[in-house]
Amino acid sequence: MRKGIFSVLRRSPFAVCTARNMAARMMGVVACVVMLATVAPDMAQAFSDEELRNIAEQLDDNSATKKVAVIEKMAADGDPRVAPILKAMLDGDLYVRDSDEHVVIATKKGKVFTHIDIVSGEVAGESSSKELSKIKVNNRLRGALRDALATLNLFSPDINVRTAAVEQIMDARDPAMLPLLLRAIEREEDETLLARMQLAEATMALAAGETTDERLAAIAVLASETTPQIRAVLSQFVASAEAEGYQPEVVEAAKDALSSVERRLSTWQTVGDVYRGISLGSVLLLAAVGLAITFGVMGVINMAHGEMIMIGAYTTFVVQQALAPFLPSGSAWSLAISVPAAFLVAGAVGVVIERCVIRFLYGRPLETLLATWGVSLALQQAIRSIFGATNQQVTAPDFMSGAIEFSTGLVLTYNRLWIILFSVIVVAGIAGVLRYTAFGLQMRAVTQNRRMAGSVGIRTGYVDALTFGLGSGIAGIAGVALSQISNVSPNLGQTYIIDSFMVVVFGGVGNLWGTVLGAFSLGIVNKFLEPVAGAVLAKIFVLIALILFIQKRPKGLFALKGRAVEA
Amino acid sequence: MNKKLQALVGAGALALSTMAMSAAQAADTIKVGVLHSLSGTMAISETTLKDTVLMLVDDLNKNGGLLGKQVEAVVVDPASDWPLFAEKARELIEKDQVSVVFGCWTSVSRKSVLPVFEELNSMLFYPVQYEGEESSRNVFYTGAAPNQQAIPAVDYLMSEDGGGAERIVLLGTDYVYPRTTNKILRSYLNGKGIADADIMENYTPFGHSDWQSIVADVKAFASAGKKTAVVSTINGDANVPFYKELANQGIKAEDIPVVAFSVGEEELAGIDTAPLVGHLAAWNYFQSVESDANSAFIKKWHAFIGDEKRVTNDPMEATYIGFNMWKQAVEQAGTTDVDAVRQAMYGQEVANLTGGTAVMNTNHHLSKPVLIGEVQDDGQFDIVWETEGTVVGDAWSDFLPESAKLTADWTYPWVCGNCEKPMY
Repeated sequence: MRKGIFSVLRRSPFAVCTARNMAARMMGVVACVVMLATVAPDMAQAFSDEELRNIAEQLDDNSATKKVAVIEKMAADGDPRVAPILKAMLDGDLYVRDSDEHVVIATKKGKVFTHIDIVSGEVAGESSSKELSKIKVNNRLRGALRDALATLNLFSPDINVRTAAVEQIMDARDPAMLPLLLRAIEREEDETLLARMQLAEATMALAAGETTDERLAAIAVLASETTPQIRAVLSQFVASAEAEGYQPEVVEAAKDALSSVERRLSTWQTVGDVYRGISLGSVLLLAAVGLAITFGVMGVINMAHGEMIMIGAYTTFVVQQALAPFLPSGSAWSLAISVPAAFLVAGAVGVVIERCVIRFLYGRPLETLLATWGVSLALQQAIRSIFGATNQQVTAPDFMSGAIEFSTGLVLTYNRLWIILFSVIVVAGIAGVLRYTAFGLQMRAVTQNRRMAGSVGIRTGYVDALTFGLGSGIAGIAGVALSQISNVSPNLGQTYIIDSFMVVVFGGVGNLWGTVLGAFSLGIVNKFLEPVAGAVLAKIFVLIALILFIQKRPKGLFALKGRAVEA
Repeated sequence: MNKKLQALVGAGALALSTMAMSAAQAADTIKVGVLHSLSGTMAISETTLKDTVLMLVDDLNKNGGLLGKQVEAVVVDPASDWPLFAEKARELIEKDQVSVVFGCWTSVSRKSVLPVFEELNSMLFYPVQYEGEESSRNVFYTGAAPNQQAIPAVDYLMSEDGGGAERIVLLGTDYVYPRTTNKILRSYLNGKGIADADIMENYTPFGHSDWQSIVADVKAFASAGKKTAVVSTINGDANVPFYKELANQGIKAEDIPVVAFSVGEEELAGIDTAPLVGHLAAWNYFQSVESDANSAFIKKWHAFIGDEKRVTNDPMEATYIGFNMWKQAVEQAGTTDVDAVRQAMYGQEVANLTGGTAVMNTNHHLSKPVLIGEVQDDGQFDIVWETEGTVVGDAWSDFLPESAKLTADWTYPWVCGNCEKPMY
């Protein structure tokens, strides 16, 4: 189906006359004569207004096959007015207006659709959704539209548009695109883009190449690249070369190239695993760092810790809903306001729990465990009663959507990057509070020796409440971050409670740095195991390894020394 | 001989007295049990179905009730705890004396209550799409069997309009439904000429939240040059982080389409769907279907729940069909007696919300149309493909050798849910 588009495109005179590949050459003789005689102005309006309107109306058809044919026809002659129409269709903004059966591009604002005439590109009225019927697209059409747009955009004055077009062509790897690509190569002035274009050319030339020299040249270009596409091109070529019995040197060269590409890709794979491990580690760290304070420092087995995270996430949701009328969508402000709000709300809930339940149970771990577990169920059900059992939507701000994509297949998503950064900031903040503030000093004193701290005049009960509040508040902050990658549902906390305990126990109870190291090492180990063993087994292995480790070192990675760990 | 006769008479008398008792109870109202989790992990999905049954009961009572009596819904909360489902089912049947139960979502909860319903000879309507390989005399399955959802979806992916997929990734949550469905799919795909090397299967725990590696693996698997598609049987809470990761890693539907069997309007409610446009779901119902019955149903739902933003979904329609079929069967039988109602159920017809009629077959599964919808940026689905007419739900898959030879038919001469030969 893709071939169809480009067989039509070969009508372009320039492409055919310079085309190096065989198929084009065969047609070339005839086509050059015909086309050079007429010398159509490059990229001019190939359709008359009436023709454009008529052909666009044919897009409104029930058969996808017919629509693809129309798209091919529209893109074939390089009319500059076609690209916006196809783009609108790809975005689902192309409609048929019921009043006059005209095809229009319509953009929605509130409940009103503004119509734009496809021929003139000017505003042509507005209406509600009832007077428009959408021209439907499916995935097959989206593919055809993107390919068509790529060829149209190859000559765009905007370098970013051209770059995207080249990448699309590289993905599609249709030999029929080659003539047009060669034409673009001759015109391209940007060095980097030119290199990408030549690479794209090589991927196609490899399959289309006729002689040993052509093939070897193409392999040489490809061998130095490190992308999954090149690996696919080479492995397909190796398979077909062996099947069809090409020259041994070609097969050899291709195999060498393939293995060197694969070697480099596997290095990148490892880099990716490490990154994903760090990212998982940062999530674990955020979830666990509050617990490191309530459980690690105070020794309270706090089963309601997960619910503090959940409360933080729901605070984010409430703040976003409350600010929605005042802020544009995608604004980062609601998230920025959510951080202190979540800290305060979750912290306050934490203080209330400590004052009402936990302070009566110090020194009785089993009862604390059961009581906090009960609190966690109560909080879950409370949230369920207030907000309902269904997920709530927290929209991501613009700066947290999308990803940095490397051509090597490595993808660093922005939300994960920000969460890594955020976890570092949060931990640094806590470390600062513990180390440099009077409250931190009192807290450490109470942890290390409660009686002595009391004797020197520290109000231990007050410090307990605030410490528990701090731990809960930090869990609330974690909830803000987790609302970006996870469900905002009453069950949010349950997902993280076990992992959090694992991190704290592994890292060493009562030690912040142990928690940091514990979180990152568990994250990385998990991510290295996952591709090999699968997600379920990886979790089990990590758990078993942790149990064995605790047997060997019952106090975790970093144990507090001295008299600190009295019951 | 004499003793046997005595025992028989005794049993008869006992049966008569219990019947009299239940008749006395039933004199005021007809009781309907609702067995859906209102707390725990599954509350997110099941609460909606509880509300749906309450709405239907409410509606029925407003229109004069059933057999001249009011219908009363008895709601219990099995709290997403599978053994508790069995206890609560027993409580509903023995203590509350309900005539019928609407309930369960996960297959494991259904398996847990099955022995109770069979022992006490009661009736369960199960409204969720499931893995098949089951037909109980006491259960009516109003959700889709694999041949009414999974098989058509894969056919669509491999068709020209679906993108002509040649490599398939099977992603699922690690429990009985995804594993069985994927076993059926693998065998079906092998039959269609897709080799095992072109199928990637991956399972994750319930509530899995870190999808980075798996999405990266899918991307790598898809970069081999053949058109790749993902079939997702990921269930429950894990879906939101999965789709967020897909969107963030820039996987577009036209490159690697994902077709899901457990993601409907309700699950999408927690996600910004703009980056997911074009990903697919296969169901027997979508809220976006334009029909008079559907818009009336949506209107009624919004009025009942008091929130214009709440969506409707496929298991709700399955509940609606099941409830109305039961109502019709009771009216036809003139009683709520389980055996009489069961006989009246076969061949019972109810208009689908999407148009056409659903018919109850003697294998306790429905004939329904199959629809494939594309995610739109407003969180709704746009139907891109549908079956011509209805598909008969198949209790035992034809694509697994051990189940292909089994038949489920609860009428004479078969009278059996898993037999190779008729009983009579």
